[in-house]
Amino acid sequence: MVELALPKNSVVGRGKSWPKPANAKKVTEFQIYRWNPDDGRNPSIDTYYVDRDDCGPMVLDALLYIKNQVDPTLTLRRSCREGICGSCAMNIDGENTLACTRAIDDVKAPVKIYPLPHMPVVKDLVPDLTNFYAQHAAIEPWLKTSTPAPEKEWLQSPEDRSKLDGLYECILCACCSTSCPSYWWNGDRYLGPSALLQAYRWLIDSRDESTGERLDNLEDPFRLYRCHTIMNCARACPKSLNPAKAIAEIKNMMIERQV
Amino acid sequence: MAQKSTLLTPRARVSFLGSAKSGTHHAWLMRLTSFALLPLTIAFILIVLSLPGRDFQSARILLGSPCPAILLLLFVSVGIYHMTLGMQVIIEDYIHGAHAKHLALMANTCFGLVLGAASVYAVLRLSFT
Repeated sequence: MVELALPKNSVVGRGKSWPKPANAKKVTEFQIYRWNPDDGRNPSIDTYYVDRDDCGPMVLDALLYIKNQVDPTLTLRRSCREGICGSCAMNIDGENTLACTRAIDDVKAPVKIYPLPHMPVVKDLVPDLTNFYAQHAAIEPWLKTSTPAPEKEWLQSPEDRSKLDGLYECILCACCSTSCPSYWWNGDRYLGPSALLQAYRWLIDSRDESTGERLDNLEDPFRLYRCHTIMNCARACPKSLNPAKAIAEIKNMMIERQV
Repeated sequence: MAQKSTLLTPRARVSFLGSAKSGTHHAWLMRLTSFALLPLTIAFILIVLSLPGRDFQSARILLGSPCPAILLLLFVSVGIYHMTLGMQVIIEDYIHGAHAKHLALMANTCFGLVLGAASVYAVLRLSFT
């Protein structure tokens, strides 16, 4: 049935408050979710203070400042630090976004940072994205053809190529899917906005020859039709893509082939 | 959720029982009934607004005459059908135990049928007595 409260072992408590940096002129407070699978304790919110004169402008810079200079046990994913790898997706001030492209000054202090919502946590700010990646694999995100491959390349007109704009840019950061209430309640069966955006990217690729088969695999009350056009996905996307629109287009394709 | 072995691979977990190859008809009916309810709701409001000031007998004559009666019949049947379809989605969203879900879906359909039959009977009674 519906679960309205957190399980006892998930209730978040107050954690450690780390000392302010000495002689710092401009200091910003960070409140960060901490959970260690190995110590058997409940999650907690630790408080850190960042010397802004010794730190870059982005939230990721502050997290790395904390990890390097205050508390090396703080665990997070990061790689490219410029919004193209999607590794540092987390919930900052109540919004799913990338720590590397969100400026500290654009967030109300104290800066509250949690892992992406409603996913199992591996440690601290690292969510377990196994199911999310399996859903991406399930929509078979590659060109599927039965015509023998041409000698050079599969041809596509500039118009058809432009249909992929606004779709192919997805970096699989999971900000959209983990902001979707439908995905929270039914993430095991609903594919989620991210996987469906990629499904649509292949559905409208003029070179692909398995559109019908792809639609067959999506036509399901849970896989596709759990989308209720809540639009959190479009609001959360750090790349300004619109998964809700892509899902609506898939639904239109479903109707088009029946009516 | 049906029982799933903890040793399933993530991909097998996502594939689960495969696609149900349905859902589009339900979505289409939701859309169709919402469009139909736009004019029907306006008609219903107009009919209700014309009732104040009438005594029981003249209200009964108005509601029992062909045009208002047919509009009311359409409004209650389409409205209740739309409500049942919507409630089905809510049950599927939030109730996860297989037995509880199946019972809730049956109760939802039965409730819609009973409510629909009672409403249709009420309008027909105005017309034919």
